[in-house]
Amino acid sequence: MNRNIILMVTLLFVLSISLTSCAPQTVETQAPQPQATQPVITEAPATTEETVMGEEKTAIIGFTASQTGKLNVESIRQINGLNLWMKQVNDSGGIKLADGSIVKFEAKYYDDESNKDRVQELYTRLATEDKADFMISPYSSGLADAAAVIAEQYEKIMITTGAASDSTYMKGYTLVYQAYTPASKYLTGALDLLMSTDPNAKKIAIVHENDKFSTDVSTALDEYAKSKGYEVVLFEGYDSGATDFAPFINKIQDAAPDAIMGGGHFQDGSTFAKQLFEKKTPVKFVALLVAPPEPSFAELGDAAIGIIGPSQWEPQAKFTAEAAQAAGLEWYGPTGEEFISAYMNAFNEEPSYHAAGGYIAGLLLQKAIEKAGALDTQSVAAALDSLDLLTFFGHLKFDTTPEAHGLQIGHSMIYIQWVSKDGNLVKEVVWPTEGATMPVIYPLR
Amino acid sequence: MENLSFLIDGLLLGFVYGVAAMGLTLIWGVMNVINLAHGPIIALGSFGVYLLFSRLGMNPYLALIFTGAAGLLLGIVIYWIAINRVIEAPHLSSLLATFSVNMVIIGLGTAAFSTTPRNIDYSLGSLTFNTITIPISRIIAAVASIIFTAVLYLFLYRTTLGKYVRAVANNRAAAELMGIPSRRILALSFGLGSTLAALAGGLIATIFPFTILSGGVYELKSFVIGVLGGLGNPLGALIGGLALGLLEGIIPAFLPVTWVPVLEFALFVLILLFRPTGLFGVKK
Repeated sequence: MNRNIILMVTLLFVLSISLTSCAPQTVETQAPQPQATQPVITEAPATTEETVMGEEKTAIIGFTASQTGKLNVESIRQINGLNLWMKQVNDSGGIKLADGSIVKFEAKYYDDESNKDRVQELYTRLATEDKADFMISPYSSGLADAAAVIAEQYEKIMITTGAASDSTYMKGYTLVYQAYTPASKYLTGALDLLMSTDPNAKKIAIVHENDKFSTDVSTALDEYAKSKGYEVVLFEGYDSGATDFAPFINKIQDAAPDAIMGGGHFQDGSTFAKQLFEKKTPVKFVALLVAPPEPSFAELGDAAIGIIGPSQWEPQAKFTAEAAQAAGLEWYGPTGEEFISAYMNAFNEEPSYHAAGGYIAGLLLQKAIEKAGALDTQSVAAALDSLDLLTFFGHLKFDTTPEAHGLQIGHSMIYIQWVSKDGNLVKEVVWPTEGATMPVIYPLR
Repeated sequence: MENLSFLIDGLLLGFVYGVAAMGLTLIWGVMNVINLAHGPIIALGSFGVYLLFSRLGMNPYLALIFTGAAGLLLGIVIYWIAINRVIEAPHLSSLLATFSVNMVIIGLGTAAFSTTPRNIDYSLGSLTFNTITIPISRIIAAVASIIFTAVLYLFLYRTTLGKYVRAVANNRAAAELMGIPSRRILALSFGLGSTLAALAGGLIATIFPFTILSGGVYELKSFVIGVLGGLGNPLGALIGGLALGLLEGIIPAFLPVTWVPVLEFALFVLILLFRPTGLFGVKK
């Protein structure tokens, strides 16, 4: 009798978990309006019939945001950046097309709850019911990969941001374009930094979240480390949502590596860093994905000090029109200072790279529409294929080969480290050396 | 020595698992109800401590007392609203009733708190013995778990109310003939089970980040522990919790961490097959 009841309970429990995860919770939300804006720098339209006042069109930009769930910190910042871009371009009069009409943008978005199944359902809705003209990816590689297939299926251009996995762009898609540096290059620079700082450090431990993005990054790092003569003493994944890292930390202590690299997203990365500190793990170098560049990583207090993180962009990064000219690239969009100032006015916080990534996704679309002078998918896709720009976010250029169409090949990572200055925790750029604002703190402990 | 860290970490966590499982097994033992709202009540316990700490600045360990009291009240309310009418009905009715409460709490909790992870930013540092470093929060959680267990046993074996609870658990009809108000005792028992769940949730919140959905993991562990220690036996639950904690601690020393749930649930199935009353269970 008892056995039957317990089996029944177990089945019911599993059913309840499934029902909970599948429960429909569509929340249609209004795009939050940034409080203050700054005029965006726009290029002259392809056709310059200045005197013709064209009709006004509205282009719908569809996307989902992880307003709830484990990805919400990064996702909300990404959406803040995108909404800032949209407000700026609309406030500055929109984009003039070749036929003289003016296009302004309207956002349609939903909360995907950080859930891949919801993403596919909602992007299908965006394409079929909301008639989105263009799409922006959700945050994270896993969700963006789920969304990309829908965009391609419904022939919508999708700019992916917050989505670094390489594999999405190896599937033969023709309308999906990546704003971020690919995952395969996320942590390789950290290894270059370690190599340059301490040539005698040869043992590394890689502990990563078992999701698509983190696994891609860690696998690429593992291959790169071995090719450089490093011994990978531990390579292990943890489930998404893991909260107890003690078993990994114990394993790390047994393996006695010089460096720990890996991580996943904000929540697990910051918990991992906190527990490494609490356990006083004797290690010289820690580089984790995603979490360290987030301003709220500083809430860890002393546990944040010395932690290194790869960043797609940092406020200290200096990409300028002069640098574009020197490199023979076209400069486009606001300067870093203009973006930071507008973002801080709108959201009362310093933008993270997720916020900059959201903004840049919109800016890429804007540039492509301006260049195409039209809104149709083929013209805008052709314009995106030909872009080769320097922006405040860095160099942006897409792979146009059939094998990796849309993969970002222009952009590269920078590495930050948290340090204590005058009692405050601040981020400093420590790699590459040409962009460094201070030498790396080494060894950590 | 090399594996001592694994063992200690697992053991300390095992005490907290034990408290969570004691709540589940107490309710089963007294009223033969499998409480599927156990996980959400654990999560509410985490939120109770979190809110008292973050909104009122209360020490999280002091906040445990208020959270436990709130758990008692919540459990009694749940009993009178959802369980009392189906207590004599077949098991499926009470199972569905607690499942409904589970869904209601998760729904309301998601609306109120979202599923964004929360974290109690309160560090007490660590203690180091030779090469082993243990966060003090884990040590306090284990000590608090032992205290809660001792208080529960003192209550059950040294007070009149506790005697009533045991009497109702043994034979409800006979207890009623002796003048014990069995319905009120059942409500109290459900409240006690919820108190233990809320206290476990509060302790978990001092160690790990959590969401309103986090309780599900600990509810599952409580089932395994309940089966391991014997459903209906609170002391067995504590020992089962320690055993599970030790397993969670020691398995990663030899296998990838992702194997832990596989082996835990393999053990669950094996015990159901070969010793369905659990290692310390009493045959009814």
